[in-house]
Amino acid sequence: MTSLPDNAGTTRRQFLARCSKAGLGIAAVCGMGYGFYDVRGPKPEDRATDLVSVPDFSIPSQAGKMAIAHGKDRAETVNKALSALGGMEAFIQKGDHVLLKVNAAFATPAVLSATTHPQLLGEVVRLCFQAGAASVRVTDNPINDPASCFALTGIEAAATAAGALVYLPKDSYFKKITVPGGTLIQNWPFLYEPFQGVGKVIGISPVKDHHRSGASMSIKNWYGVLGGRRNVFHQDIHNIIKELAIMIKPTLVILDGTMTMMTNGPTGGSLSDLKQTDTMIVSTDQVAADAYGATLLGKTAADFPFIGKAQEVGAGQADYHSLKLIQT
Amino acid sequence: MNIILTRRISQIFFMTLFLWFCLAATLGEQWWQLQGWPVNWFLQLDPLVGIGTFLTTHTLFRGLAWCTATLVLTILLGRFFCGWVCPFGALHQFVGYLGKQKNKAAEKIRKNQYRKAQYLKYWILIFLLTAAASKSINLVQASAMGSPGFFTGMLVLAIMILLISASVNHMTDSAKTVVLFSTGIVMWMAGTGLLNMNGMFLDSLQTGLLDPIPLFQRSVNLVLLPLMDKASLLSSTNARYYEQGWLIGGIFLTAVLLNLAIPRFYCRFICPLGALFGLVSRYSIRRIGQKPGKCTHCKTCEVNCEGACEPSRQIRINECVLCMNCLHCCPDDLMEYSLSPSVAGEIHAPDLQRRDLIVSAVSGLALVPLLRLGGTTGPNWNPALIRPPGALDEESFLARCIKCGQCMRICPTNIIQPAGFTFGIEELWTPRLNFRIGTSGCQLNCIACANLCPTAAIRPISLAEKLGKGDFSTQGPVRIGTAFVDRSRCLPWAMKKPCIVCQENCPVSPKAIYTEVSHEKIRLDRPLIVDTGTTGSLTIRAGNLPPGKYATGDYFVHIPSHQNDGYRRIVQNSADFIQIADDPSWEIPPEPGSVVEIFVRLQKPFVHPETCIGCGTCEHECPVSGKRAIRITAENESRNREHTLLL
Repeated sequence: MTSLPDNAGTTRRQFLARCSKAGLGIAAVCGMGYGFYDVRGPKPEDRATDLVSVPDFSIPSQAGKMAIAHGKDRAETVNKALSALGGMEAFIQKGDHVLLKVNAAFATPAVLSATTHPQLLGEVVRLCFQAGAASVRVTDNPINDPASCFALTGIEAAATAAGALVYLPKDSYFKKITVPGGTLIQNWPFLYEPFQGVGKVIGISPVKDHHRSGASMSIKNWYGVLGGRRNVFHQDIHNIIKELAIMIKPTLVILDGTMTMMTNGPTGGSLSDLKQTDTMIVSTDQVAADAYGATLLGKTAADFPFIGKAQEVGAGQADYHSLKLIQT
Repeated sequence: MNIILTRRISQIFFMTLFLWFCLAATLGEQWWQLQGWPVNWFLQLDPLVGIGTFLTTHTLFRGLAWCTATLVLTILLGRFFCGWVCPFGALHQFVGYLGKQKNKAAEKIRKNQYRKAQYLKYWILIFLLTAAASKSINLVQASAMGSPGFFTGMLVLAIMILLISASVNHMTDSAKTVVLFSTGIVMWMAGTGLLNMNGMFLDSLQTGLLDPIPLFQRSVNLVLLPLMDKASLLSSTNARYYEQGWLIGGIFLTAVLLNLAIPRFYCRFICPLGALFGLVSRYSIRRIGQKPGKCTHCKTCEVNCEGACEPSRQIRINECVLCMNCLHCCPDDLMEYSLSPSVAGEIHAPDLQRRDLIVSAVSGLALVPLLRLGGTTGPNWNPALIRPPGALDEESFLARCIKCGQCMRICPTNIIQPAGFTFGIEELWTPRLNFRIGTSGCQLNCIACANLCPTAAIRPISLAEKLGKGDFSTQGPVRIGTAFVDRSRCLPWAMKKPCIVCQENCPVSPKAIYTEVSHEKIRLDRPLIVDTGTTGSLTIRAGNLPPGKYATGDYFVHIPSHQNDGYRRIVQNSADFIQIADDPSWEIPPEPGSVVEIFVRLQKPFVHPETCIGCGTCEHECPVSGKRAIRITAENESRNREHTLLL
C-alpha cells in the first residue's frame, strides 16, 4: 500500500490546488466574518415594517348625501334610495373595481338579520355591474369561522351568483397599518389584499343592537377589516369605532334597517330579537347613516358616544337633518 | 518536550480555563466572579454556534466572530480544536484512556478501529443546519419576486452546497450529489413558491442540543456546579435548583461513560461540531500521514488513535482529531504531520451515502414545520413560558438560543430554568422563569442574563431600557408578563385572612398591586349573645372564643342592632369577654341579650396591569406556597406584540 509518489510534479500540483482551495476557504470565512459582524445586536420586534395605508374612496362632489327608502323588499328599497341619489352610476364609473364590505360576522342564517342580507348584497352587486364596474369583490373578516359564515349567511352564494368574487380572509391577506391621528390602530394587521387595486368601497350592514358599543351599524362594520387579537379593542370601543371612521372613507354606505335587531345583539339568534322597521339608508356620510340608524333602535345619536367622536374627527355629520336628505 | 506532552498540557489548560469560566459566570463582586472574565469564550470559538446563528439571522453577534479564527486555523491545521482545545473532547479522551488502560494492544486497536457508523455525526450536522437554514433558502426564492435577500440567500445556499460537496467521497459523486441536492432545493422552492407556501420555510436553531460546547457548558452550569454547591456552597450562597437536571445530567453521564466502551464515542459518532471540522479540514494545509518508507502494517499507530481514522492505511483526514499519538509510536518512524498527503493515500470525505445526505437534509427542512404544527409559536402559545427580560419575540428567540445555560447560571435568584418537554421540543432547555424556585423574583435592577447571552437571544438591554427610564421613558419598562390574583386561593379574597404580602413586595413604584379595604363577617360556631355590656367591653353568654385570637388588631366588633355604629377594634378577648379600643368606644353599651358580630378588616389585592412588569416577586413571596394565589403568566409581555393585553 505504501508507495512513492508517482512524481514530484503531481504532488506539487496537488499541493498547490489544495492550498488555493484552503486560501479560498480562508478568504470566504474572513470575508463573511467581517461582512456579517454585528456589534449592536438585534432590535426588539420591528415596529414600522411594511406599513400599508388605505386611500380615500369618497367622491368629494357627492359628500353629505343621504337617502331613506321605506318598504319590505330590500331590492326595491335600495333601488329607490339609490335612484334618489342619482343612481349607482353617480358612484360607480365604467371600469371601476369595487369592494363591498359586508357584515358576515356570524355563521347564522340570513333570516336572523345578524349579517348582511344576501338579497340586498346580490342586488347591489348587480347594480355595480350595471353601472359598468369591471369587477366586484366581497369581503369581511368575520368573528365566527370565515368559511362557515360566508356559506351559512348566504352571502357567498348571493355574491357568486351575481358575479362577484368572494375574498375569505387568508393570513397572507393581512398587512400592518397605522391610522394617522389614532392611538389604537398602530401597526395592526389589516385585511389589505381585497383593497388592493379597487377604486370604490361600499359598506353594507344591518342595524343591530350591540351590548358593548350600543349599536353595530355602518362604522362598526369596518371592525371586520381588522385582524389580529382585535378583541383587545373592546376595552375602548367608542374610540376604536372612531378610528375606523378615520381609517375607511367609503364611497357609500348602505345601512339595512328592514329588520332591526333590538335585543341580544350583535349575535341575535331569535326572531323575537328583531323588529320590522322597513327602512333602507343609503348615504355618502357614514356618521349620518348611523345617526339615522340610531332612531330605528329607539335611540338618538347622542346615546352612542362613537357617533359624536366620529363627527369630531371630521368623518361626517351626526345631525343628518342638516344634510341633503331625501326621503322616498 | 514531545508533541504528546504539549497536547496534554494544551488540553489540561483549556479544560481548566473552561471550568474556570463556568465557575466565574456568577454574579458578584469577588475577583473570581463575573468581573470581565470572558466566560462565553468557548461558545464564541465554536463555529457551530457562529454558523448556526448566521444561517438563522445573517449576522455574527459580537464575540461570535471568534469562530472565524477557529475556522481559519482548522483550514490550516486540521481538527486541532477537537484534539487540543475542546474540553468535552479532553474529558472523553481521559475517560477513554481510563477505559482501555488494562486492554491489550489488540483490544485497543479493535476499540480504535474505524466504524461505518461514524457517518452519523455528519447526518446530524446536515439535519441541524438545514433546519436552521430553511428560511434563508426561502430568501433565494423570495428574491425572484424582488426581495433584497438575494445575496444572503445565495450565500447560505452556497455554504450548504459547499458543506454537502465536502461531505461526499468521490469528486464525480460529489458533483452528482451537488447537482441532485441543488435540483431538490430548487424544486422545493419552486413548488412552495408556486403554491405560495412560505409557511413551509421555518427555521429554528437546534444545534445547541448536541453541539459539545453548549452541551458541556449546560451540564456544568446546571448539573455539576449545582451538585457541588449543594455539598459545599462554594460558588453560591444557597443551593441552586434546576429543573430537567436529571436529564441534562443523565445525557452528560451517558456521553462520558460510553467512552469506556469506545474511546471518544461522542466525538466519533455524535458530535456535529466534529463533523463540521471534518468537512472544513478536507483541504487543510497540514495533515497527518505516512512519509515514504516501508510500513510493516503492525498497526501500532492505531493502538491509541483518538479519531479512529485508520492512519495505518488510507488515512481518513476528516476523522483525524490531531491527537498526534501515531507520530511517536511508529516503530519505523513513518508518521508525520506535514504539508504533503500520506503516501498511503487519503480519504477526504465521510462515508456518507447520497441517500443519507438527502434524508438528513429533507428531515431538517421538515423538522420545524412539523414542530410548529402545534401552534406553539402562534395562537397556541404557552403563557407559562415566561422569558427573561430582553428576550426576543419567540420566533427570533428560537432562531438564536443555543441552550447553553449561561443565563441560568448567572441569574442571581436562580429563577431562570431550563424549559421542560411541556413547553415543546423546540423550546427544550431554553430559559424560562419559574418563580417558585430561587430566592426572589426577577430583580428589578438586574440585567445580567441579557448582557451575558452569547447569541443575543436575550438581547443586551441597558438598565434604563429595562426600567423604562431616560431615553426609554416613552416606551415604558420591559414587561415579561402580568400578575393575576387567583381569588379562589388568595388568603384575603378566599379565606378572610389578612395578608397582602404581594402588595408589600411589589418593587415597582408606584406599586402595581393596590388594595381595597373591606370588613367581612367572621364565621363563628354559635351566635355571640351579650350577657353584660359597657361602653368599652362586653361579656358573652356561654362564650367559647379562643383567648386572644381576635385581639390581633385586625378584628372588630359590630352590633347589628346599632344602626350606623360601625366597627370597633378588639384589643383583648377571652372565652367570654371582649374589650374594644376606645377610639371611640360605644355611645350606648350593647344591650344584654342582643347579638354582636365579629368582623375582620381585609385589604384585598388588585393588580394594576398598566404598571405590572411581571417580575414575579409577588408570586415568589405569596404564602400560598403550593400553587400560588398570585401568579405570573406571559400576557402583555413586551417582546410579542400579539400577546398585548391592554390598549
